[in-house]
Amino acid sequence: MIILLGPQSPRPNLGEAVELLSVDGPFCVVTAGWQERSGETEALAEHLGRKLINLKLYERAERVFAEDPEFFAAHRRRQDRLRKLQGLYRLRLAPLLRTARRLFEEDANSDPDLLQGEQKSALEMVRILDRHHLTRLRQIHAGWSEQWRPLERDSLRRERRRIEKQVADCDAVLIAGGHVAVLLNRARLFGLQQMIGSRPLVAWSAGAMAVSERVVLFHDTPPQGAGDAEILESGLGLARGVVALPHASRRLNLNDRVRVRLFARRFCPASAVTLDNGSMLWWNGDSWSGNRAARRLTAEGRLAEVKDHAGGD
Amino acid sequence: MQAAIRKLRRRRKLTAKDIDRFIESHTFPIVEGGSVTFVYRGEAEKVLLQHWIYALPTAQPFQRLAATDLWYLTVDLPENSRVEYKIEVRSNGKADWILDPLNPLLAHDPFGANSVCQASGYERPAWTLPDAETRSGRLETATLKSKVFGPRQLEIYVPGRFRGSRKYPLLLVHDGPDYVRYAQLKVVLDNLIHRLEIAPLIVALLQPGKRLREYAGHPDHSRFLVDEVVPFLEREFPLIPEASSRGLMGASLGAVAALHTAWSHPGLFGRLLLQSGSFVFSEIGSHSRGPEFDPVERFMNRFREKPGTPAERIFLSCGVYESLIYENRSLAPMLQRSGMEIRYREARDGHNWENWRDRLRDGLSWLFPGPLWMVYE
Repeated sequence: MIILLGPQSPRPNLGEAVELLSVDGPFCVVTAGWQERSGETEALAEHLGRKLINLKLYERAERVFAEDPEFFAAHRRRQDRLRKLQGLYRLRLAPLLRTARRLFEEDANSDPDLLQGEQKSALEMVRILDRHHLTRLRQIHAGWSEQWRPLERDSLRRERRRIEKQVADCDAVLIAGGHVAVLLNRARLFGLQQMIGSRPLVAWSAGAMAVSERVVLFHDTPPQGAGDAEILESGLGLARGVVALPHASRRLNLNDRVRVRLFARRFCPASAVTLDNGSMLWWNGDSWSGNRAARRLTAEGRLAEVKDHAGGD
Repeated sequence: MQAAIRKLRRRRKLTAKDIDRFIESHTFPIVEGGSVTFVYRGEAEKVLLQHWIYALPTAQPFQRLAATDLWYLTVDLPENSRVEYKIEVRSNGKADWILDPLNPLLAHDPFGANSVCQASGYERPAWTLPDAETRSGRLETATLKSKVFGPRQLEIYVPGRFRGSRKYPLLLVHDGPDYVRYAQLKVVLDNLIHRLEIAPLIVALLQPGKRLREYAGHPDHSRFLVDEVVPFLEREFPLIPEASSRGLMGASLGAVAALHTAWSHPGLFGRLLLQSGSFVFSEIGSHSRGPEFDPVERFMNRFREKPGTPAERIFLSCGVYESLIYENRSLAPMLQRSGMEIRYREARDGHNWENWRDRLRDGLSWLFPGPLWMVYE
């Protein structure tokens, strides 16, 4: 079973989610998104009333980088390239999204056929760019892995074996929120996705984003910039058919039907789902369902409940 | 004249009860589209509006409504304006400047309080109000034994979730305690850090001794900051030792002090936030603002001659209702030409703390951006 949650503050619902897993054995937890605070899991253990095994991916990565400076330098170079690529993608994305938004704001009454054709095409341009960006990202990762063969580096292999053992001893995995790029990066570095396999999983906020297929960064009203949602990376792909939107009520103009419509259509067939504090979304093996606080963005620009939803609209 | 008053005037016979009902059924001043009607009720010989909008005649007289004790004045006020004012009531040869008794909205400053008129479209930003969900930072007090000024108290803002293992940017704020008191700086920092819009910062709140002397481009002040305050804070807190993570901020004369310090120590402060700077200068002849501005004029004239590169990024803001708008407007393109990154913002507001408060998000989030796009807790 996979459960996705929103932020755990101010009212946590992780305990409720863990109960649904019906698992008695030990849990391991990934807190790499908390960065230098990643060792501070006491409050989490207290909330759940059980012992947690912290996989310490953040600290382990720091150790690997310190022990293998050549590998660390290569890692930094790849991150620099990824950042540059993200900048170029953003440059191309901005005018396409501006155009699509403008077309979706047009009055449809005058000549619906004419307008809809243009809207569809403008949206498709955005989707093509998103796909292209994902392909470019995959190419960079593949090229880098081939050149540096991370799994053959001693320090990394050693840490990875330890993590594997810890995960194997656990009956469920928890993935916390925080810095989504750091979390995803550390999870990838140690091959967490393969270790988790089909174990029951609860992930919240950035954790929910990282386990999905695509990590989409979003904020409609940032203090600087246009607020264009963008793809950061492919996710771990453990939660399929869903785009996780933590803090959606604060970050998105959910009353703006044009923005909601565009968001839903852009990432279709995956469902974009709001994950605010108290939200819960679960995968039963065939489809997604959610509680009332988890809402799906629809192609009509509205919010709808998530019930037996396989993804798409 | 506005609709509300016009309607009242149309009545043939106005009674005290009619006026009571009018007062009860409106909030004051009455904002209708692009015009605002100020209202005063009471016996007086004359009632005047005293405001701080540069270029508009001050002491504008109210009109008495027929033979009642209701006085009113309608003025045009562009959208999004925010104006501070008092009402002058003259009677029995006396003139009292009072807060508007019908308007509960006040702005405070070191000289007391003013009534506030918010024109159509203006809304106090939500991030300036306390938020129960926000993690609060703390204010610490330290005493610095300065060789330049003798013992000086420093207040230091430490963000919520501060960790000694992490390194932080540093911001030095001129008139810092006033920023906290009158521009809600602590609430703003708490909110913007919590919302990830700015990086968690260590903020030193500077309090001057002789403000007019120290902040007017005096070398003692910049020596105090560079040789004593920054090294002291670097010893006490884990700070990022780079210019891009070190900033100076100030309003009015405080902005002059910030610019002067950065200019006289290039490469040390990478970020400047300058609000309504008293950047008095003269192309020919001299300024007309009083002798306390002589050193400011001397500094600004030297600065304008050779601006150099005092910082990497400078955020400038000024209210269009301020007498300093000309000085600030002319500074922005000059700084841009010097190759620095410059953001210049104007607002329909005056030379006051709430104007400076309302621009903080724009300035701080540009100078010290937070991990807004990456962090989802």
